[in-house]
Amino acid sequence: MTKQYKAAALISGGLDSMLAAKAIQEQGVLVEGLNFFTGFCVEGHTHAIRKKDRAKPKRNNALWVAEQLGMKLHFVDVVDEYKEVLFNPKHGYGANLNPCLDCKIFMVHKALDWVRENDFDFIITGEVIGQRPMSQRKDTMPVVARESGADDLLLRPLCAKNLPPTKPEREGWVDREALYDFSGRNRKPQMALARQFGFEDYAQPAGGCCFLTDAQYSVKLADLWKGRGNKEYELDDIMLLKVGRHLRPSPGYKVIISREEGEGNFLQGYRGHYLSLKTTSHPGPLALVDGEVNEQELELVARLVARYSQGRSAEQVTLEVREKGGETRTIKVAPMQPHEIPEEWYL
Amino acid sequence: MSKITVDARRLLCPMPVIRVQNQVKELEPGTLVEAICTDPGALSDIPAWARINGHKILETRSSDDEHIILLEVGA
Repeated sequence: MTKQYKAAALISGGLDSMLAAKAIQEQGVLVEGLNFFTGFCVEGHTHAIRKKDRAKPKRNNALWVAEQLGMKLHFVDVVDEYKEVLFNPKHGYGANLNPCLDCKIFMVHKALDWVRENDFDFIITGEVIGQRPMSQRKDTMPVVARESGADDLLLRPLCAKNLPPTKPEREGWVDREALYDFSGRNRKPQMALARQFGFEDYAQPAGGCCFLTDAQYSVKLADLWKGRGNKEYELDDIMLLKVGRHLRPSPGYKVIISREEGEGNFLQGYRGHYLSLKTTSHPGPLALVDGEVNEQELELVARLVARYSQGRSAEQVTLEVREKGGETRTIKVAPMQPHEIPEEWYL
Repeated sequence: MSKITVDARRLLCPMPVIRVQNQVKELEPGTLVEAICTDPGALSDIPAWARINGHKILETRSSDDEHIILLEVGA
């Protein structure tokens, strides 16, 4: 009886990993998907939070891909382990705080652990030589295989013919001739293969799957580290970076101000962890203060929050100030005027 | 039939799915799992995860800002 070979596919939810998994399924290999959750994954969280966006249909692309391919998908929570990758990337950062090469090495290494624990045979990814400036170059792809420990158990079906044969190819677990030789940033071969496989709907090409590649998000993350004096973070911290206006009037504290009702509801859940302010005399935002403030700074924050309320033109706005412990008091302030808010406060 | 509740309120997807997945790993087939979520994305994500991994969705319902998904662990 012929052995049923089994492969674990790294599934981002984008087209390339979908095609790679499908190509190997076509060869009779049992494929199951792995999706690693770092906390920085772009998963439509803004849509989930903002009230106006909630009615828009939203899907998890990795789950959607798995369902299209009829394969199981396993989520792996790597939020804590990922910190070491982000804090000290051996191969450095990309244009922003994206440690793409170290990230890929880490994920393939985690996939190797999974493969060993679950008695699978090899790993597949949707990588294509030359597609990404950092992690998918001809010189860095061997680095991923070597430093992850996967070595020749790592098969990249979309560009396999441009690389030395891996064990699954050499041993005949898969037919190398039926794999592909894609390279470069041109997406046409992937589009053509998608058509060949009958995929009419798929997530738009890769690149936007991680907040760390986003310049504005990276600025906020760097500011978080600087403000705290270290690079530590919790999942809540990195989620909050996706919500509201972030302003830092002083190195010692920053203010997160909701922009609409859904964000206000979301921030509400953090009132036990931060000093918070809410306008009471006029409809307005909820704000959290990350850091310690004295009375003078509190008044400045209150004026800032009042500026974003419907009382912005009023002489005075009343706010409720709530301590982390739940004690409340009121404060009356004159809303800050736009010219009083320095541009550099905005993150 | 025993029922386990997974509190995934305030978590954003895919964390509710991960919480359910990690709980289901520990359970016998036939056990019921009720996930309470606030991210409306869970209404599509948890059923999708259940379908592809062989579990059965028995009920989904929403009230105010909470969404409940009830599933039965598959074999």
